[in-house]
Amino acid sequence: MVKRTADQWWQLLQAVPDPEIPVLNVVEMGIVREVVPDQSRVLIKITPTYMGCPAMDAISDDIQEKLREPAQQEGLSVDVELVYAPAWTTDWLTEGAQKKLEDYGIAPPGKTADKRTLQGEAPMVRCPRCKASNTEMVSLFGSTACKAHYRCNACSEPFDHFKCI
Amino acid sequence: MSPRFEYLLRLGDDALILGQQLGFWTGHGPVLEEDIALTNIGLDQIGQSRAWLSMAGKEEGQGRDEDRLAFHRDQHEFRNALLTERPNGHFGDTIARQFLFDAYAVPLHDALSRSRDPEIAAIAKKCAKESAYHLKHSRGWMVRLGDGTEESHDKVQQSLNDLLPYVGDLFVSDVSTQTAQEEGWGVDLATLRPQWEATLESALTESGLKRPKATPEQLGGRLGRHTEQLSFLLAEMQVLPRTHPEAKW
Repeated sequence: MVKRTADQWWQLLQAVPDPEIPVLNVVEMGIVREVVPDQSRVLIKITPTYMGCPAMDAISDDIQEKLREPAQQEGLSVDVELVYAPAWTTDWLTEGAQKKLEDYGIAPPGKTADKRTLQGEAPMVRCPRCKASNTEMVSLFGSTACKAHYRCNACSEPFDHFKCI
Repeated sequence: MSPRFEYLLRLGDDALILGQQLGFWTGHGPVLEEDIALTNIGLDQIGQSRAWLSMAGKEEGQGRDEDRLAFHRDQHEFRNALLTERPNGHFGDTIARQFLFDAYAVPLHDALSRSRDPEIAAIAKKCAKESAYHLKHSRGWMVRLGDGTEESHDKVQQSLNDLLPYVGDLFVSDVSTQTAQEEGWGVDLATLRPQWEATLESALTESGLKRPKATPEQLGGRLGRHTEQLSFLLAEMQVLPRTHPEAKW
């Protein structure tokens, strides 16, 4: 049996959705940091978006489940390890992921190098529905640890904004 | 107890007790947004606590993991600062407590992110992003309440008066914190006080709140000498894992 390369394991991981934002997978989210296949196991290193992210256990289980069978075919076990460094940043969301988020109704985070973010000002957030930039923050905290709550002043719809960190 | 184990316990216990307290707000926030905000912050605190206590358990080397440390220690073994165990009270009390703590957590995590120990630095860098966000929230509310109506001003001024005597634990300097500083894996917590003072002063100025006359500082949390409030909190937090010690979800 031909051994899968790290790239091929990465591809398999793209079939694992984020439990809280199912439109994105764990690779697009930037949660998977490293994939190290060796003689006896395939090691997947994941990092939390937030320290208390309750989805980490579910993500770890989902990865185990998705990779178990392919790993068994090669006689490997699957180990998922939680790492903290380097700290997760929204900059790791892929370009495609930003677009998918907006289509899903969540205003994407933009980049941390944005001048307004650096100066500590509120970033300009575009309404994911009507695309108006006349929006206001309702609350710094939203439905999950990674989101803030916004309202669009043009179409009056409430929406989530993926916090830029 | 090694200075390092002691130090990590303090970091972990502060976050754990504060996180547990904020969790009590679930379903009780004054408005939905703040219900969600307080519980989100609580969740971050629990997550931070998990990382520190897990590390503390490894440092101790007695096979205790973060859950064992959280659920199977008694009151006198907890090392959290007295400030973190002050009662939730009303929304203003909780906000003032959180603000006084966040103003300490921001320079703490910033300093620890330069730790010589890569694991401490990694966890601290992660915590730093969260504590900065928490401070933005709690400081914002201090200003809104302090500069709000007469009633909100008076209430949050009273919260400050009640809580300020309990901040001393945060800046206690002893063998544990001095060893951290000397060996370069941590920071002597006493050195964080000027930054904390500056954050407090700026918020007071903007909110129109006043610093109460100096009152004697209440100390003891770092030595395991706690107030009555902690025992009620621990009873609620620990009852399930103590009743069913080997239970798995």
